[in-house]
Amino acid sequence: MPEGRRIIIFLFFLLIGIIFIGKMFYLQMFDSTYEKAADNNAIRKIIQVPFRGEVYDRFGKLIVYNTPVYDLYITPRKAVVTDTNRFCALFGITKGRFDTLTREAWAYSRVKPSLFLKHLSKEDFAKIQDALVDYPGFSISTTAFRTYQSKALSNALGYVAEINTNSLSDQKDDYYRQGDYVGISGLEAFYEEALRGQRGVKYRMVNSNGVEKGEYRHGELDVNSIAGQNLFTSVDIRLQEYADSLMMHKVGSVVAIEPSTGEILSMVSAPSYDPSLLAGRNFSKYYQILALDPLKPLINRPPSAYYRPGSTFKIVQALVGLQLGILTPGSVFTHAGAPVKCHVHNTSHNDLHNAIQWSCNPYFYHAFRKILYDNTQGDTFERSAQGLQRWSELVANFGFGRKLGVDLGNEKKGNLPNVEYYNKVYKGENTWKFSNIYSLSIGEGELVVSPLKMANFAAIIANKGWYIPPHLVKGVGDKKIIDDFYKTPVSVGIDAKHFNVVHEGMRDAVLQGTVGREGKISDIVMCGKTGTSQNQKGKDHSVFIAFAPKDNPKIAIAVFVENAGFGGFAAAPIASLIIEKYLKGRVDRKDIETKFMNMSYLANVTYNRKIVKKDSLKR
Amino acid sequence: MSQESNQIGKLDWISVGLYALFVLLGWMSIYSAVYNPEAPLWIFDEAFYTSNAGRQLIWIGTSLVLIMLIFALDFRFFESFAVFIYAAFMLALIAVPFLGVTINGSHSWFKLGGVTIQPAEFAKTATALLLAKYLNDPQVNLTKWMNQWRSALIIALPMLLIIGSNETGSALVFASFIILLYREGLPGEYPGLLIALIALFVSSLLLSPLTIFICLLVMAILFVIILPIYQRRLPQTYVRIAGAIAIIMALSTVVDWVVNHVLKEHQRNRIKVYLDPSFDTRGLGYQVTQSKIAIGSGGFWGKGYLGGTQTKFDFVPEQSTDFIFCTIGEEFGFVGVMAVIVLFLFFLWRLLYLADQQRSRFARAYGFGVVGILFFHFLVNIGMTIGLMPIMGIPLPFFSYGGSSLWSFTILLFIFLKLDAHRSDMLSR
Repeated sequence: MPEGRRIIIFLFFLLIGIIFIGKMFYLQMFDSTYEKAADNNAIRKIIQVPFRGEVYDRFGKLIVYNTPVYDLYITPRKAVVTDTNRFCALFGITKGRFDTLTREAWAYSRVKPSLFLKHLSKEDFAKIQDALVDYPGFSISTTAFRTYQSKALSNALGYVAEINTNSLSDQKDDYYRQGDYVGISGLEAFYEEALRGQRGVKYRMVNSNGVEKGEYRHGELDVNSIAGQNLFTSVDIRLQEYADSLMMHKVGSVVAIEPSTGEILSMVSAPSYDPSLLAGRNFSKYYQILALDPLKPLINRPPSAYYRPGSTFKIVQALVGLQLGILTPGSVFTHAGAPVKCHVHNTSHNDLHNAIQWSCNPYFYHAFRKILYDNTQGDTFERSAQGLQRWSELVANFGFGRKLGVDLGNEKKGNLPNVEYYNKVYKGENTWKFSNIYSLSIGEGELVVSPLKMANFAAIIANKGWYIPPHLVKGVGDKKIIDDFYKTPVSVGIDAKHFNVVHEGMRDAVLQGTVGREGKISDIVMCGKTGTSQNQKGKDHSVFIAFAPKDNPKIAIAVFVENAGFGGFAAAPIASLIIEKYLKGRVDRKDIETKFMNMSYLANVTYNRKIVKKDSLKR
Repeated sequence: MSQESNQIGKLDWISVGLYALFVLLGWMSIYSAVYNPEAPLWIFDEAFYTSNAGRQLIWIGTSLVLIMLIFALDFRFFESFAVFIYAAFMLALIAVPFLGVTINGSHSWFKLGGVTIQPAEFAKTATALLLAKYLNDPQVNLTKWMNQWRSALIIALPMLLIIGSNETGSALVFASFIILLYREGLPGEYPGLLIALIALFVSSLLLSPLTIFICLLVMAILFVIILPIYQRRLPQTYVRIAGAIAIIMALSTVVDWVVNHVLKEHQRNRIKVYLDPSFDTRGLGYQVTQSKIAIGSGGFWGKGYLGGTQTKFDFVPEQSTDFIFCTIGEEFGFVGVMAVIVLFLFFLWRLLYLADQQRSRFARAYGFGVVGILFFHFLVNIGMTIGLMPIMGIPLPFFSYGGSSLWSFTILLFIFLKLDAHRSDMLSR
């Protein structure tokens, strides 16, 4: 019996041993949470966020830079505050707030630093810097706010803010962490990767008291931070500010492009906002106000707002007709037989030049009819489809109905109706003909364009048939790298010779046509075309495209002013002032300048059936 | 001298080798725990001897002296002086509350010069010796009540004294003498009953009284079904079953009452943490949570020697002493812990085998006492590092840091190995 008991005893030992090994197997091989918990314990990730790249204008003037701000961190176990009252006075917080913050920090971790006070300014920091040595367990970490030299360009620049939860979970390369700052819109978003640089990470081993104990794995996982790259934009910030001032008390857009390069000189979205409002510690407060503003100052209108091009589109009709050989500069149409009305003008010899100069609606009605029907076969339905097909193929070359590829995230395609489109609208092939779609002839109907597209169109006219995709940034980083896309000219498939009559017509539109006295500059040879964009919401939008000087153009521009009426009234004078400013560096027509700076069309602007009051604007 | 060399020749070198291996592994783990990658100390640095690893090296050296002392003594000394040794340590246990010093919140240490000694550690050896000596009397038969009571008294006296000085964990070690008694003829019902009581204790903490009652009822019905027909018809059967259920239910109520009213706050908390691993992981459950993290993060191969982060950077409290196993788990992984468990079990098997080879009942009983004590430490110490046992301040024999611990286990083991080396002499007596 006793010998057997040894076996029994040992079997019991063995049982315990097997249970232990089983549990070890579970802990060490099966459950991976312990590994993570261990890294969490002993490995501290020290993140170095580099300063974001700065932004410069076309002449190297600094527009956006960074101002350091200071975050105060607390490590609860090490923190000793003997004189709470003095501490609270120093940091400008109440005793209750101090207690809450301390409690939160304790709840997070005893040994890891947690954020105590956010965004202390340089002044605050200077005040507490010396006193900080008296408070062990408190440390300062530096971050930076965007700071703006100018109040202009805010919509195109976009803003930077803490990354939101959705973007955090949707990100592809898993770069961002909670609390990281990221470009939300505009150039800040488009050039985010260049601007942000590369965050550095250092792994340090720490003991249970949070004291650093050297590099983890000899630093082989460490990544050095790479500074953000600067952006060199093509914007002339002084011109931008001037255009901005002209667009005060108005809703609309200005886009000015250097035709030879596609560089955007100015891009105004009105109403706008002071960019520094969204760059400080009061981000959420101001964002709230701006986001709720019915005039939507946060939206960058030039690449995204939808308008009908109105009469400015007649230039497209002229060029397409000429290219197809259906029109010649000598083609003459009378007012007779057209359902569209016209202004009073000399129609004795109504050729293409005259029609552009006076923006003759019946002329382009007849011209468009000819463009659709000439050299086509079948009944009117079939001929309309054939005609529209070749028309839309040519018009698409100008960038209508598609993205131009500007370096902004919110560019919209707009709409260029083609055969497919009308087949869908009229539910079937050969169900529509010229008489259904003749509004296209004068830039109304289903056409939708953005101010950016029209500015690019002005550049195409200025260049006599080609453009470089418009862009705001002409160089990224010290090497000023830029995508080849923004260096390569694109032809629109219209022969250069066809532009001569257009240039002449547009020149005379300015001199003695639709533009009027206020849009004339005595010493600059400007060519322009007015437009009046119909819309359901209310009074017509005033549209104007132009370029100058006529020979060797330096600037092409599109101006849209909402609900300001006929193109010659508001858009043309504003465009002429901007051109004058850009080409001469000064404006001599002070009376016109003053008039349009103070002019407001907001009384006509409707939204949600309410009239906007003047003082609800931010600027 | 011829007797001396003879004696060395008969020494069980397998056990000695394993002892040396465990001590070495333990020292390596302690060294790793204090190892600072930025300023590694080596044994020639003076500062080294102020670290745990350095001091453990001193304890190991002095243990070798102790081993030589044991071997210098006559093997009959331990049997002859068992009563005196026992009496001396009982006096020490009585004196410690008055003359002792407090170390790590435990008022159970004597300070002799620069050395601190915990008499409770040595009382186990003394008790094993006296128990073995008592059982050496051929008259003693553990199936008899009288002898059972006397054996129990020998065990209970130091136990109560140690509980008196608030060292419940160390006191529980004495329960391991049930293995010695079982081997020496104590009826199997006693260890069976002990295991049943432990099971009842745990289940009454884990389960509600109603659940226990339902379980018992189901068991009773199953029991009745397998009984022979004639017994099923006897009313006494049902009275007995009802009585048994009543007693078990009463006991489980007593357990609750004891836990809530007799146990001290810190003991109650340890039980809470044991039953619910997620309970207060930053406070009361911190130790066991960190211990599991350390072991669990080791994976299959471990992080490599000196590569552990949890153990090296003090995340596991008491990590060189009671939680030394974490270091092995983290740095040597599953392979390492399995090796240690298998080697330890092999070591126990070897000692059991040697004990059964003894011709004298004294040596045999003492051997089983040694195995019981070692096993109990193994069970509780490793068990608590992985959350299978509640936390008790019990070291892992030979591995854990500490002079008292290493010395007492060395003495405990080598007295047996000394006796074993002389087993042919005993026969000649």
